[in-house]
Amino acid sequence: MTPDTKRERLAISRPTEGAAGKTGTWRVFRPVVDKEKCNACGLCSTYCPDAAIDAELDVDLVFCKGGGICANECPKKAISMVREEK
Amino acid sequence: MDTIPEIPKEEYILKCTSACAGCSDSLALRYVLKAAGPDTVLVVPACCTSVIQGIYPNTAFNVPVYNIAFASAAACASGMSNAFRAAGKKTNVIAYAGDGGTLDIGIQAMSGAFERGTDFLYICYDNEAYGNTGMQRSGGTPLGARTTTTPTGKTDNKKDIDAIIAAHDPPYQATACAAYPQDLFKKVTKALTFRGPTFIHILAPCPPGWRYSTEKSVEMGKLAVKSGMWVLYEREYGKLTIGAQSKAAIKKPIPLEDYLAPQGRFKGIDPKTVDILKQRIAKNLAKLAAEEAAS
Repeated sequence: MTPDTKRERLAISRPTEGAAGKTGTWRVFRPVVDKEKCNACGLCSTYCPDAAIDAELDVDLVFCKGGGICANECPKKAISMVREEK
Repeated sequence: MDTIPEIPKEEYILKCTSACAGCSDSLALRYVLKAAGPDTVLVVPACCTSVIQGIYPNTAFNVPVYNIAFASAAACASGMSNAFRAAGKKTNVIAYAGDGGTLDIGIQAMSGAFERGTDFLYICYDNEAYGNTGMQRSGGTPLGARTTTTPTGKTDNKKDIDAIIAAHDPPYQATACAAYPQDLFKKVTKALTFRGPTFIHILAPCPPGWRYSTEKSVEMGKLAVKSGMWVLYEREYGKLTIGAQSKAAIKKPIPLEDYLAPQGRFKGIDPKTVDILKQRIAKNLAKLAAEEAAS
């Protein structure tokens, strides 16, 4: 099928960032990284199911759901989960 | 921060799916797609993965996905793979199904595709129940686990799908766990190098279904492997190799109670059932160790 086909017979979704909304609003606990303790091993980024922690180990708070796997798996205990205040 | 240099940085799932916080299916799929790369088509039957893609007309998945009815994932993937090969394309066709879509509803289509020698990879991610409809019992639910349809604990054993697949004699089959993403990445990469049907069975701990708090997903997967409840291995042309983590578990397993206690679904499990589970684990580990020694 060429891209300019007018007759789309299937219901097609297109890749979009934020396809399920800004999931950061689900969060109850926010991960806070203590850069002093962090040795940049990258395990938090490896284990984040939603890839919300990038290569520089910054957390994308727009999309972070606050699951807390990062804090649980951090070998240096450098991440603490802090209750969101709203 | 290059602890895992061989794994590409590209993400094929955009931020963010509507999966629950701490979902290990998302974690597994992240690494499956990293291993498969951009020239991949996913065939997804009804399961959590078909629900979490986003809201129409948007999707978070940056590879083509074909959503199809429960019973037909492998049949669809089979036709798709044949069409790609006939057109001279090497596109990876991956059927990505849950345990309900593999062990129960999708089994005949899958068995057919394996029998026909379809060139595809079938991945079953196993959260041991029908997750997105509210945790009803499936063939993958282990003995003694509570689900919404087995409120006093399941009275039957988990179906051994890996033995069923082994009977089809595929070139490659493996088990993996979402808590070991590097191992999963290697296995998917390897599976895609084979021509013919390949199978990977991934244990995917599920926070709302197994009733533990979201941060423990990876911990739970590791406990499953360390206690021997889940065994990591790969079988290549009939030759079995048990993974290092599971070899350690065969030598010195942690007590099964350490795995069961944190999960709400095993709350109040009868000690007799725990004994049966322990015996089955010991039997399974002994069987696999003997097969590895013989092959």
